[in-house]
Amino acid sequence: MAARRVGPVIRTSVAGDAVTWLNDPLNWTGPSGIPARLVEHLGMSAVAVLLAAVVALPVGVWLGHARRGGGVAVMLANASRALPTLALLLIFASTAIGFGNRATVVAAAVFAVPPILTNAVTGLLGVDPDVRDAARGMGLSPTRSLLQMELPLALPLLAAGLRTATVQVIATIPLAALVGGGGLGPIIVSGFANRRFGQVLAGAVLVTAVCLLAEAVLAVAQRAVTPAGLRPARARRVRGIAPGTVRGSNEHAAVPSPQESA
Amino acid sequence: MQTNRGDILDALGQHVGLTVQAVALATVVALPLAALAHVHPRLAGPVLGFSGALYTIPSLALFALIYPFLLDARLSVLIGLVMYALLVLVRNVLVGLQGVPEDVRDAARGLGYGRARLLLTVELPHAVPAVMAGLRLATVTTVALATIGVVVGYGGLGQLMFRGFQSDYHAEILTAALLCVALALVADGLLRLLGRAVTPWLRAGSVR
Repeated sequence: MAARRVGPVIRTSVAGDAVTWLNDPLNWTGPSGIPARLVEHLGMSAVAVLLAAVVALPVGVWLGHARRGGGVAVMLANASRALPTLALLLIFASTAIGFGNRATVVAAAVFAVPPILTNAVTGLLGVDPDVRDAARGMGLSPTRSLLQMELPLALPLLAAGLRTATVQVIATIPLAALVGGGGLGPIIVSGFANRRFGQVLAGAVLVTAVCLLAEAVLAVAQRAVTPAGLRPARARRVRGIAPGTVRGSNEHAAVPSPQESA
Repeated sequence: MQTNRGDILDALGQHVGLTVQAVALATVVALPLAALAHVHPRLAGPVLGFSGALYTIPSLALFALIYPFLLDARLSVLIGLVMYALLVLVRNVLVGLQGVPEDVRDAARGLGYGRARLLLTVELPHAVPAVMAGLRLATVTTVALATIGVVVGYGGLGQLMFRGFQSDYHAEILTAALLCVALALVADGLLRLLGRAVTPWLRAGSVR
């Protein structure tokens, strides 16, 4: 596990130590190797996002569909900003929820709710009333209107909420190290405890890389799930040529660009 | 409570000190940076993109990235907090500056205002509400983020929380957590009052 010091007298820079640590094969194998930790980290993140989505998506979609709850969502988002994640994590960890991974996943899930919820609410509130009217006029039941018109139109914001939440969760999970949990965080925290700053730096670089990578991948995914007619860049021009591409293109053709009507 | 008073006050002082310094420093840096990005629109894209990428770095990792080089806990936490606050502020200031109506700019130009004068006497005052909103957001997030400083041993109220956790003393965690939330709310309230004070024209204008 320990970073082997190659030529300790000459190589005293932290960055060098970090490179050494990252190149040590011992750190890449076994149950506490980087791959195992990464898998655990991502697994914990997935559970946390799933938990949050199961709670926040239905509630947000319903609130937005029913045209209420905008205020509640904003309030929730603001309140969650003032409460430190660490506080909630430590409170969970010291109560019945238990130490380690479980407390961290639950705490991360709690903080993932506001972005998913607010985006869902704003996404559905943002659906043009004319579109809803048109749906009703065509004889669509409220449920069909929600499923076939409003949800596809709100999809970009639903996806944006999930993306923000996911990146935030991946960034929060390292705190598990403070309550005896796993993931990539312990690399940093045990490095501090042993004053091996090369290892600390290596851990920080790893966590940062995972976050940036997740952000990039999810940005691509978000673009992929966004209906062609709703993509942000030059939405108007695309809409002009889009009709007749896929089933449902008529719906998209009816959408004015979100903010401006002038 | 009597004996803990000293500890609580110390931690609170540390927390307030960190927050105030971080937000103040960030403001001093953010205003010129955002103005620069505004005057040279070509810089706006990279500035926003860079700040967005930096913002995805977890605070734990950021403190861990800085500390090994400085080996100074307070300074590491402070720099980390300044960076996060900076990102929020630059974004808000830039949005505020770009939100100035084109008519207003045209009018100023028609009156013979140069670029610098336009920026300082027309656009910046116009952006004050957005700047204040950014300042409030940055302050509240800084108060919450400062607790993560425990990883390097300088987390203000976070230090108390962690000690409470380690000694299984729930009251200490809760006290520190509540103080943290209270601090964020008080700071937010003060900044809102300040915002009202520096934008008298908004109140005069909004006849409701």
